[in-house]
Formats: sequence, structure tokens, C-alpha cells
Amino acid sequence: MESAVLNVTVTPKMETKSPDTIANNVILKAEDFCASFGSNQVLKKVNMAITRNHVVAVLGPSGCGKTTFVRCINRMHELAPDATVEGKMIYNGDDVYKMNPVVLRSHIGMVFQRPNPFPSMSTYENVIAGYIFNEIKLTKAQKDEVVETSLKSASLWDEVKDILHKKGTSLSGGQQQRLCIARALAMKPKMLLLDEPTAALDPISTLKIEELLVTLKETYTIVIVTHNIQQAGRVSDKAAFFYLGELIEYDDTKNMFTNPKEERTQNYITGRFG
Amino acid sequence: MINNVERAVRTRHIKNSVFKWGVIAFTFIAVLPLIFILYYLVQKGVTSITWAFLTHMPKPVGETGGGILNAIVGSAIIIFMACIIAIPFSIAIGVYLSEFPKAGIANWARLSIDMLQGVPSIVIGIVIYEWVVKPMGGFSAISGSIALAIMMIPPIAKATEETLKRVPAGLKEASFSLGASYYQTTMRALLPAAMSGILSGVILSIARISGETAPLLFTSFGNPYLSANITKPMSSIPLLIFNYAISPYDEWQKLAWGASLVLIIFIFLLNIITKIAERKWKVQY
Repeated sequence: MESAVLNVTVTPKMETKSPDTIANNVILKAEDFCASFGSNQVLKKVNMAITRNHVVAVLGPSGCGKTTFVRCINRMHELAPDATVEGKMIYNGDDVYKMNPVVLRSHIGMVFQRPNPFPSMSTYENVIAGYIFNEIKLTKAQKDEVVETSLKSASLWDEVKDILHKKGTSLSGGQQQRLCIARALAMKPKMLLLDEPTAALDPISTLKIEELLVTLKETYTIVIVTHNIQQAGRVSDKAAFFYLGELIEYDDTKNMFTNPKEERTQNYITGRFG
Repeated sequence: MINNVERAVRTRHIKNSVFKWGVIAFTFIAVLPLIFILYYLVQKGVTSITWAFLTHMPKPVGETGGGILNAIVGSAIIIFMACIIAIPFSIAIGVYLSEFPKAGIANWARLSIDMLQGVPSIVIGIVIYEWVVKPMGGFSAISGSIALAIMMIPPIAKATEETLKRVPAGLKEASFSLGASYYQTTMRALLPAAMSGILSGVILSIARISGETAPLLFTSFGNPYLSANITKPMSSIPLLIFNYAISPYDEWQKLAWGASLVLIIFIFLLNIITKIAERKWKVQY
């Protein structure tokens, strides 16, 4: 069953893998990466490598470019008018900006700040929305399978299994956000980008999502943008601190929190600005 | 000091109640004519409405009875064709306007729509007479549908644009992040979310054109016989009302009253359907 579902997902061509990517188990690498909106440069020469099955927290004050950075990973940045990029973003050995965005986004799922289930769809349809949109035909059994496994991975199954055919928007905010995670997981991505996924949620829902992230990293590589430093401490293996469009520090979260190399990082972590 | 406050409170209280009753009075005055029109219509028309009235053809002058079947069938055909022409166009325009609000052509389109909304329906009738009826060599139902379709475009395009604008940007992003194309995002994420507003725009525009007489005078012209040929003249309820109401025969005037009531009931039903459709397709974000 599992393989049947996997067969329908799009597999990209990956002929050229540099040996170093495989050896270091690096899934994503930014090399001198810059991004701008018109003449306003919001990311300046970012160099960063993300290891498979890690949770990477992206930290920094408002307007530091952290959201732009994750949106560049799955090429959502280019949807904005006059958005441009420079430098390289390498996913699994392929240049992201030479890949087909549809294929890329099927490998890299995204969850947004505000829960955004499709209001015209039921919970069930929301989970398989990616398949519906991409006109990938699934049998009823395959759909059921995708819905159940995705909702279970997002630890939402038990709460919604009896109301699968009600509108997704009838769920609570926290449930909606886990539904959005399930929707992203249903496409069987390798990476998951989360842009302040708990900013609009109450503490209990936040806790559930944090617990979920820890279990998800066994299967996925996760990049999470957060304003919440404690949250970064709880869930992430590595942390990246952005300030005014530059990557100031990128290190193991424990190291960064106990012994930051840069003063600006220390000031931010200790709450002196942000 | 205390006295001043009390006085101020008292004046405020009086102002409040004057304002409140003023608002109620004006609303009531606005509703009155509508009630009188409805009452008058029902009083005059209700006696003519029978099953036979709806299912029989008009009788020649001098014979009693007879119905408006040809007008009902004609209106149904003309309105149906107008919808087929107008709905795809208007929704496409609405999508374009909300997606590319600042494009040069969007500004012109928006201006044209606003202008078109204000163009008197008889002018549209004359233009279609010049453009369609004359080249086709005669009056036809399809030319009437085209005239009505032109009148339907502004309200549907506006409704589509406005509802799509209210769809949160997050939905579009969610759809793109799942690898959907622009076309799939519009068709499967945005339009379904906007369906309630679009549908109510469509139904209300149908209600609006179903009573239009002027554009049909120059186009579908009217027909005393039952016809389903869209290239030939065809009757419709407003045309029948117009022709029979100005006739000198009591029997025909009675038919006109009955037909007016049928039209009003139809529009009333459309309004109810709009409410139901809005509720059924309503989405919360």
C-alpha cells in the first residue's frame, strides 16, 4: 500500500550528486545566497548547510530576513512582485533555482504562520489537497491510507477521525495548524519548512506542535522560523541567528544558547533586543 | 457642576431618541411603496394566476382565459442563454481584476465595467440592434440574450472581484506550497472559497435582467406563438407585460397583471435562492 502511494509522487532527476553532499549528509546548502525585493536587499550572502533529520531553528528580530530565507528554500519568495535572488541554494545536490518549482515543493513542504486549511474542503480533502491540486489520481483506498497516515503523523487522527468529512475550518486553531502539517506531510516531503507555526496559537496547542516536531524529525528535516527563543531551545538541534539580513551565527542550539560567539546573538538570546 | 452633567445627559438622551426614531421613520417610509406595489400587484394579478395561466397560450382578442406559456418558455430560454454567455466572461474578468489589480488593462476594464453598469438598458438594446439584429437580418432570441448578457457582466464581475479579494492570501500560498500551478490554485483553491459571493452575484444579476424590457424590444422583439428557435423572434414575460398592458383589451390587461405577479414571484424566489446558496457555500477562513 505504502509503495503504491509513493509511486504517484513525483521523483526528480538527481544525476549529479557531489560526493561532499552525501558524505556530510547535507540536505540543503545555501552558498552566498542573497534575496531582494526590488532594490531592498533582505538577505545578504547567507552561507548555511542543513543536515538531514535535524531541526533547525531560524531566529532573529522582526525584519531580519528569517521568513524570506525559508521562503527562498521552496521558492515561495519569487511569488512576490520584483523579488530576486542571487547565489546558490542546493537541495540534495540540485540547484533549487534550476529545479521545477512543482517538483521542488513536492519535496519541501511548508506550514504557515496562520493556519490556512482550504475553507471549501473537508478535513479529509484538505489532507489530500496536494494530490487534488496536482491532479494526481488516487484510488479510494490510497486516499484513505494517505489521510490516515498523515493525520496520525500530525497527531491529529484521534481527534478528527469521526469528523473527517466536516469542513477543515470547523476545527480549533491548533487542530487546523496540525491539519496544515498533515496536508504538507501527505505529499511525502523530505523537508518541512515552518514559518512561525505557533505564533497564532494558544500555549497548549503550541506544546502539542512542539512535541510533534520532535517526533517528526526522525523522518523529516525541519526548518522552523520562530520568535520564541524558548521554543527554539526546546525543539531544535541547530539554531541560526539572522540580523539585518545577515546570518550572524549558526551553531548547535545548546552551544549558541550557552556560549554564543557573537555579542549580537547573546544580546538577542538574553532579550536585550528583538 | 452636577446640574450641568445632568443637563448634558438629558440633552444627549433626547438627541439619541430623536435620531433613533428618525432612522426608523425613514426606513419605514422607504419600505411603504414596496409594500403598496406588492399589495396592488397581488390584488390585480392573483385572480389570473391558475395552472391554465401558466400552461396555456394567449387567446385571440375577444376570447376569455388564455395563459402566458410562450412568454414563460421564451424568458427561460433567453435568460438561460444570457447566463451561458455572461457567466464565464464575467468570472474571468473578476479573476483578472483581483489577481492583477494594478495592470493597465485592469484599470480600463474596471472603468468600462463601471460605465457599463450605468448605461441605460435601452441603449444596450439599440447597440445590439445595430451589431447583431441588422447583420442577422431580423429579430432573434439570441440577440436578446446577448443584450441581457452584456447587462449581467458588471454585477457578476464585481461580485467575483470583491469576493476573491477577501480570500486570504494564505490560501493562495498554501496552494502554491503544495506544488499547485497558478491555474490549479485559481480553479481549486480560490474560486471554491469565493463561490458564495460569486453565486449570489450571478443570481442577483439574473433577477435584475429577468425584468428588463427595453433591450428586448429591439432584439428578441416578442412572438405571439410558442417558439424555441433562437434565431427567430421570441416572447418573454416583460415583453408580454409591455404589449398587453398598453393594449385596449381588458382580457389582455388582466394577463399583463398576472404576468407581472409571476415575474415578481420569480424574482422573490431568486432572492431566497441567493440566501440559501450563500449559506450553503459560505466559508469561514
